Amino acid sequence: MAIILFKNRTVRPLTGNFAVSEAMRQINPDVVAAYPITPQTEIMQIFSSFVSNGYVDSELITAESEHSALSACVGAAVSGARAMTATAGPGLALMWEILGIASGMRAPMVLQLVNRALSAPINIHCDHSDAMGARDQGWIQVFAEDAQEAYDHLIQSVKVAEKVYLPVMSCMDGFIVSHAIDRVSLLADEEVREFVGEYKYPYSMLSKTVTHGAIAMTDSYFEFKHQQRLAMDEVKKAVEEVSKEYKELLESQGNLKDWEIEKRVLKFVEPYKIEDAEIVLVAMGSAAGTIKYVIDKLREEGKKVGLLKIKIFRPFPYEEVSKYLENAKILGILDRAETFGGKGGPLLSEIITALYLKGIHKPIRNFIYGLGGRDFNINHVKEVINTLERTLKGENTPFLSYINLRKDYLDTLQK
Amino acid sequence: MIEIRWHGRGGQGAVTASKILSSAVIAEGSYSQSNPDYGAERSGAPLKTYNRVSKKPLTLHCMVTNPNIVIVIDPTLLDEVDILEGTDENAILIINTSMTPKEIREKYNIQGRKIYTLNATNIALEEIKRPATNIPMLGALVRVLYELEGIPKLETVEQEVIDTFGQKLSKEILEGNLRALKRGYSEIISE
Repeated sequence: MAIILFKNRTVRPLTGNFAVSEAMRQINPDVVAAYPITPQTEIMQIFSSFVSNGYVDSELITAESEHSALSACVGAAVSGARAMTATAGPGLALMWEILGIASGMRAPMVLQLVNRALSAPINIHCDHSDAMGARDQGWIQVFAEDAQEAYDHLIQSVKVAEKVYLPVMSCMDGFIVSHAIDRVSLLADEEVREFVGEYKYPYSMLSKTVTHGAIAMTDSYFEFKHQQRLAMDEVKKAVEEVSKEYKELLESQGNLKDWEIEKRVLKFVEPYKIEDAEIVLVAMGSAAGTIKYVIDKLREEGKKVGLLKIKIFRPFPYEEVSKYLENAKILGILDRAETFGGKGGPLLSEIITALYLKGIHKPIRNFIYGLGGRDFNINHVKEVINTLERTLKGENTPFLSYINLRKDYLDTLQK
Repeated sequence: MIEIRWHGRGGQGAVTASKILSSAVIAEGSYSQSNPDYGAERSGAPLKTYNRVSKKPLTLHCMVTNPNIVIVIDPTLLDEVDILEGTDENAILIINTSMTPKEIREKYNIQGRKIYTLNATNIALEEIKRPATNIPMLGALVRVLYELEGIPKLETVEQEVIDTFGQKLSKEILEGNLRALKRGYSEIISE
């Protein structure tokens, strides 16, 4: 692969993987530790060529497993290094034990997750089972719709992590975003380096007065956990501060359109044509883009349809969500992960909680889609909206449906 | 927005040509996506790859199921895969073959749709000295796209070919590719 060094602001045709590799190069982290796994492998391949070409000062640690890769990042982070890693699906599953250690030790770091299904059966394609399995491990979780957002989220995540001393998992959809070439607008190297700034971690274990990773029994473990909850409560303020600064940076050259800036700035939610919408879909990741396309088409037919895209899943923005969903007549919640035995997907539970907290009760339907990379296209969005329309007219529709199951499979169920 | 589906075989460069197309469109300030159908890339096996080209921002992140243009870079695929899948009668077909559009229409009993042909294998053998049909077919596609959407210009695509291959190929082979691109652009046959 030919590595071209971009230094100035430029618009390039890049895959999601290439875009986040560029972000990593511009951030120039002190330590990057990783183990390759499809569809993340390309990120480390590109980044390692940056290392070997001397484009970054990073210490690249090629670990023997994801468990070790994240362990190395924890050690680096609590030594005061700016640490990063990247993984996907089963790789994140193998990191499981260390995920809680990273957040429990309040080790700020950024993990680029390229969302991939979990085995079995073995599957390399996209769904959100990996991230959702890790949702309660104390990490901030950010979801990108496209390569541009993945690039911008990664840069902003570094600052958020360092403000609240929590690790951030920045997610993009495997293959759909990671391997598709799209138009990506890059900042200049200098701008990114100035934005992330010099990193000063005040609790380095290399100093003589700090203990990390100590034992905490019944007398104190509980207080540590309470501290983690309090830290999560601080994330909102940190995101606001970081995104304000990033917005100023994007505005500084005056060549970006307002909508581009709004889209690139880190936020908890992104409402789309929601003000007067009677039917509102809620989704995360690349599906949100496909939904926007369909909304534009249906709006031309006079249908009042809107979308609430969730960009930050942890901590979950209950207040904002209930505010935006308050006026809808019916909601369709789209989950790219299962909770087998639960009432519906993980996003559904959070939305119901958000509404309950404000005493809002309204019709809601849950749609499981795209597991293992199953296509979710225009027709499927229309099918979801059609189900919601029929529900509004009083027709009985199932609370939970799987979208785009194979017809031959459905036929066997009928027999 | 124009949606394109390429049919080729693993190793024939359909994915590379699709990337060059997106790069050229983006270089002109418009919007494009290039998305291969991952899963079973084996040398010689039939594969599909996709493009979207638009003057407006693209937000679709799904497979191209109803392409406006289907481009077939290997003529042996015509007997093996359903190249019309998901197309309506307004679709455009660009096929690498020594046959004329009329002959293709009759042989495969194609209703509606606009058929273009190009003897890309011949051009590739003459200019590149091997059957690298992706670049002459890209030339043909650029001609059709430019007439439809006004993007991208042939010169922009030439530059992208230079940027993609410049460091990998000898000067002679690179120039052969550029000649093949231009011949594809000018020798495409319509009905």
